[in-house]
Amino acid sequence: MKRLHIGSAPHICTGRTTRGIMLDVIIALIPTSLAGIIIFGIRAVFVLLAAVLFSVLAEYVFCLVTKRENTVGDLSAVVTGLLLGLNLPANTPIWQAAVGAVFATLVVKCFFGGIGQNFANPAITARIFMLVAFSNLANAAYPTLVDTVSGATPLQILSSGKLPSFFDLFFGLKGGSIGEVCIFALLIGGIYLIVRGVILPHAPVAFILTVFGLSLLYEGGDIASALAWCLSGGVFISAIFMATDYSSTPITPMGKAVFGVGAGAITVLIRFFGTYPEGASFAILLMNIITPFIEKITARRPFGSEVRVNE
Amino acid sequence: MRPLLRGVRVPNIKTTASKKAVPMPFHGTVTIPMSMHIGAAAEPIVKRGDTVFVGTKIGDVGGSISAPVHSSVSGRVSEIADITTPDGAMCQAVKIESDGKMTPDERISPPQITGTDEFISAVRESGIVGLGGAGFPTHIKYEGCKGRKIEELIVNAAECEPYITSDTRTLLDRSDELLFGIEAVREYLGIKRVIIGIEKHNRAAHGALENMLNQHPKTELKLLSDIYPQGAEKVLVYHTTGKVTPAGKLPLDVGALVSNCTTLAEIGKYLKTGMPLVSKCITVDGGSILDPKNVIAPIGTPISALADFCGGTVGDPYMVLFGGPMMGLTIENADTSFVMKQTNAVTFLSEKEAARKRETACINCGACANHCPFALDPRAFLRAYRCDNVGELGRLRVDICMECGCCSFICPAAKPLVETNKLAKAKLRAYLDEKRAKEKQEGRRERDK
Repeated sequence: MKRLHIGSAPHICTGRTTRGIMLDVIIALIPTSLAGIIIFGIRAVFVLLAAVLFSVLAEYVFCLVTKRENTVGDLSAVVTGLLLGLNLPANTPIWQAAVGAVFATLVVKCFFGGIGQNFANPAITARIFMLVAFSNLANAAYPTLVDTVSGATPLQILSSGKLPSFFDLFFGLKGGSIGEVCIFALLIGGIYLIVRGVILPHAPVAFILTVFGLSLLYEGGDIASALAWCLSGGVFISAIFMATDYSSTPITPMGKAVFGVGAGAITVLIRFFGTYPEGASFAILLMNIITPFIEKITARRPFGSEVRVNE
Repeated sequence: MRPLLRGVRVPNIKTTASKKAVPMPFHGTVTIPMSMHIGAAAEPIVKRGDTVFVGTKIGDVGGSISAPVHSSVSGRVSEIADITTPDGAMCQAVKIESDGKMTPDERISPPQITGTDEFISAVRESGIVGLGGAGFPTHIKYEGCKGRKIEELIVNAAECEPYITSDTRTLLDRSDELLFGIEAVREYLGIKRVIIGIEKHNRAAHGALENMLNQHPKTELKLLSDIYPQGAEKVLVYHTTGKVTPAGKLPLDVGALVSNCTTLAEIGKYLKTGMPLVSKCITVDGGSILDPKNVIAPIGTPISALADFCGGTVGDPYMVLFGGPMMGLTIENADTSFVMKQTNAVTFLSEKEAARKRETACINCGACANHCPFALDPRAFLRAYRCDNVGELGRLRVDICMECGCCSFICPAAKPLVETNKLAKAKLRAYLDEKRAKEKQEGRRERDK
């Protein structure tokens, strides 16, 4: 018999790879990308393409310069770029989208050690960086500059005390970032990820329910208004795609739920009491920062041990 | 009831479950290792040229934790040689040239049992060890029941590894011996409750068990979920009784005695016939095997003979395992490895099955921790181990890891998690031993002052 191979058990493994997971996320983002393009037109395509292209380019060049193994093939740079693009309004200047994408991948991800090492969500951090750096984005966080949808964003309408149509809110006929408007498409993506086992539903559900609950409280029990607050702005995209990022959120189901509740609460606080009309991005970033602490307090107790891990 | 323990879903390949086990005639030279159990190796009590029969004792207990060894064929002892066991250790082995007749030793007769002590010594004389794979001498385990209050006997019929069906065949082919063994343990160890734990997907076996247990209302059947590692001792105890075995303790400490179903069937057989453990039902399967089946082979049969008996292999096998693909030990050479007491399966993996993914960066997905049955965090073990942080390894309780393989199986980045856990456990153990030795020394110095 020929020489046999030896090795440490287990000798079989699942077919799941990092690349496969990232591909699943990209697939899950297709419905909302298409919806954004249909709603906002060809401009949206350019913004998304620029963000993806420059994100990938940034990682490629970084690996080249630092003489590291080229990691573009794991598709995580594509996900980062796409998520950033989807978080930008369709009228964002292309060069700004490109700068944001480079910031996301290079500064937030690569500088901290690459995939799995970044403590903050690259797309969200870059989004906030752009909000601060480019006044056109900061002044009107959610402008509506496409012809199909004119007028104020739902958050502005809501702030003035009126209620937008639920059909428009659900299917995305409203102002906002490319990927955040069509709740229907986002839900399809979210359900796909849950079914594929890529994400757990804990964080998104906790996030959305918290926003709903606190809005209900703020609106004095008016369910329609609370629902409208939920369906507006970046709650769904943040809950489904940002609060479920692997490297910047807790790993245990309990930790994920805590993350979701915290992010939901901060979102509502910023919306109702802050200067910015929308707080979902800040909420995610703030919760990213306290993730190590959430992990500490929500660590699972090893079976048969009296001591909790990390204590 | 608290939530069930986690685990992974492994491929449910049980090709051989429906095929009755076939006796495999073997008339060549058998090589019987003296160490087929946890503890001290047995001492050979035969020498070159001695004539032995099936069931003749050829090795006697070599320490406080040990088990005797018996000849599996009739013939002549040709050599006592050193061999390497699958776990990499060296031990003595008795080589016996078979005369082809398989004559049983005429001294063999059913043991006379009147009480607990006689029962336990009968179990010792039978040479039976934990046949689920661990090989812990069964009489030592039963001896441990004496000072403790044992509330239940849990019969382990959960066969969670892919491919392995030898326990299933025990349930189907040897139910009389199994029930006889269960009754003996119940009676002589004074255990009231008996629970047979079996996985739901093993329909044929639990159907048969249900019929069988109609006549034995005192024995309960517990259907378990189809997760791996359902058959792990502490997992099984928790899922059948809800009892949590503390880290570093045995199920016996919480009043649960776990015995594998094949172990109990062997006890039943020994009590009925007096024939010690000399042959094993082994699942021979894997992607490389042409005609997979359960074979009943004499202990000491070369592994390559098993492959030949099962139609040979498709080309050369890539990996040959003692056990299943999740926890099995790889062997270097199928001609110089032999069927042992605790061998329940030999898996011949093809290159395609055993292909490993390329290791990439950890993406912190948490799959390893979220699938760990014992709620450990292998990702943190890896970090602490690579930083040589022994204190952290201790705090994270790497010592609790049972090396079931779920973390490595599920990891999308193909990190060597189980390997690291094993190394980390050894490192922690060495550190604690050293610390203890130092403290002892200091204590002595204090006293001397």
